Amino acid sequence: MTNTSRFASSPAVNRAEEVSDLHWPDDPAAIPDWIYTDPRIYELEQRRIFQGRTWNYVALEAELPKPGDYIRSYIGATPIIVARDEHGKIHAFENRCAHRGAEFCKTYRGNTKLFICPYHQWTYDLSGALASVPFRRGVKGVGGMPADFKLEEHNLRGLNVTCRHGVVFASFRDDIESFEDYLGPDMLDQFDTVFDGRPLKLLGVHRNTMPGNWKLYQENLKDPYHATLLHTYLTTFGLFVAGNKTMILTDSKGRHSTLCNARPQGRPENDQSKKEIRSFHAAMKLADPRVLQLIPEKDSPWTSNAITIWPNLILLRQTNILGARQIVPMGANQFMLIWTTFGYADDDAAMEQHRLRQNNIFGPGGFIGIDDNEAIKFVQDGVTHSIPRHGVAPLGQDVEGPEVVITDRAIRSLYRHYREEMGL
Amino acid sequence: MLTSAHSPTARPLSRAQLRDLCSAIEEFNADYADTLDRGDIEQWPSYFTEDGVYRLIARDNADANLPLSLMSCEGMGMLKDRAYAIAHTEMFAPRYTLHQITQVRVTGFDEGIITARANYVIYETLIDEPTRLLQCGKYRDTFLMGGEKLLLKERNCIYDTVLVPTCIVYPP
Repeated sequence: MTNTSRFASSPAVNRAEEVSDLHWPDDPAAIPDWIYTDPRIYELEQRRIFQGRTWNYVALEAELPKPGDYIRSYIGATPIIVARDEHGKIHAFENRCAHRGAEFCKTYRGNTKLFICPYHQWTYDLSGALASVPFRRGVKGVGGMPADFKLEEHNLRGLNVTCRHGVVFASFRDDIESFEDYLGPDMLDQFDTVFDGRPLKLLGVHRNTMPGNWKLYQENLKDPYHATLLHTYLTTFGLFVAGNKTMILTDSKGRHSTLCNARPQGRPENDQSKKEIRSFHAAMKLADPRVLQLIPEKDSPWTSNAITIWPNLILLRQTNILGARQIVPMGANQFMLIWTTFGYADDDAAMEQHRLRQNNIFGPGGFIGIDDNEAIKFVQDGVTHSIPRHGVAPLGQDVEGPEVVITDRAIRSLYRHYREEMGL
Repeated sequence: MLTSAHSPTARPLSRAQLRDLCSAIEEFNADYADTLDRGDIEQWPSYFTEDGVYRLIARDNADANLPLSLMSCEGMGMLKDRAYAIAHTEMFAPRYTLHQITQVRVTGFDEGIITARANYVIYETLIDEPTRLLQCGKYRDTFLMGGEKLLLKERNCIYDTVLVPTCIVYPP
């Protein structure tokens, strides 16, 4: 028996039996509450999506620059370790001892030559291969491992790893298209806007729990309607306003998306769309405008790109903020969000300070981050406690120009893909 | 009574002087906590000097020498912008917060500048939910003493609770 083959022993899923009582509504704009609350759906998502043919964001290479560097990470709800070996190669494997199942790595990041499970000291190398076990021959010739015990049959469960421009993705599956094909040309172009191949510099990581279903966060970044209404910071200072030049694209399968916005110079006081926006505060002026200052640094027509890469990554480039948000599901009603913030290795001290200052906007204490985290909690409170019904995402059309901003097109396209991937 | 701001001490502080400074900082922290806990966020910047610095830092970032803060304000302008945003523009459910600030220790005194430490714990209460721990951490402070009044030149809040529950609205 081997545990290095990835999901050969995974039980076949009889979807029809498991969730046959759940019926997706006929209305193409409707989204049923049960995708946010039903634990069976959550379990099915782990197998079909996160353990399926998906590339999952797991790390930035800048988080593990040296041989022996490692971080804790996740694919779906599964804890993993991402490590760089002595030859510089990046590996990802389950954070679960092959012996008794202990989640042995309990530090966020570090540097090591070997991973030693503290329970019985099974010892793994930086590729996740089992290197040694204590008392293999027992004591005084008795006990110990069976004579046919083979170390190589008890490696940590390894993952398929790919890197692009300093970003590490992993998959439980080997039979998966390349990351470039997974994204498709338009999304790859968006990805390369944030990760243009320059070496990155890690600035820090924030973590928060969210009392909500993980898909609500994907939706949030596919929803330009809320961006123009909920976020006073975006609307008042023109970072994302309905009147701005905008582009919304999805990939051919509808699972990835990007919302691009070009910020005009100055405050958009005369924009006709303002009277629709209750969050616009005409009197609001910053005492210190440095937090919103745009320092031109990219050859891009856009000042913000909000990119969702299915299933667990949000990339956000906003003004001079660069960040990756990793979604970690923790049950139907909860997820963890890991915000990894970075700049470029060749930033000077002033640029680094500027990025750090601007990061007041995002994160679980950010001017915009707080709005979103609260709104998602409100939705989960509603769908959890009320009589189930269907939410709707009816705005815009499925076929429309990329410049249409008041639209739910990218949410609907995601759920068409989701139903296919889930067999719902 | 506080040691005068204008009598720099090259000598180590006496126990009595340390007690005076600690007691003044405890009083300051009680006022600071009360202001935040009654939701009077727009008074919060008044606890800082014009060039006051405020940072809220996850302990694992601090341990790894990573410079990112969850909130950061450099000077009165940014302190006021943060306060205004909380009071008028951010969307969040109403909440009570309650600070407990303990174990104040003075770690240095020179030319009217006091360095000090304290532990803090903040509980948060939302409607129809049990009260929960929002944060626990340490203040790393630098105070400026002007006559009888203390002001923060710098407050670094380094929090152990790195997995933030939903979000932090009010600055710790």
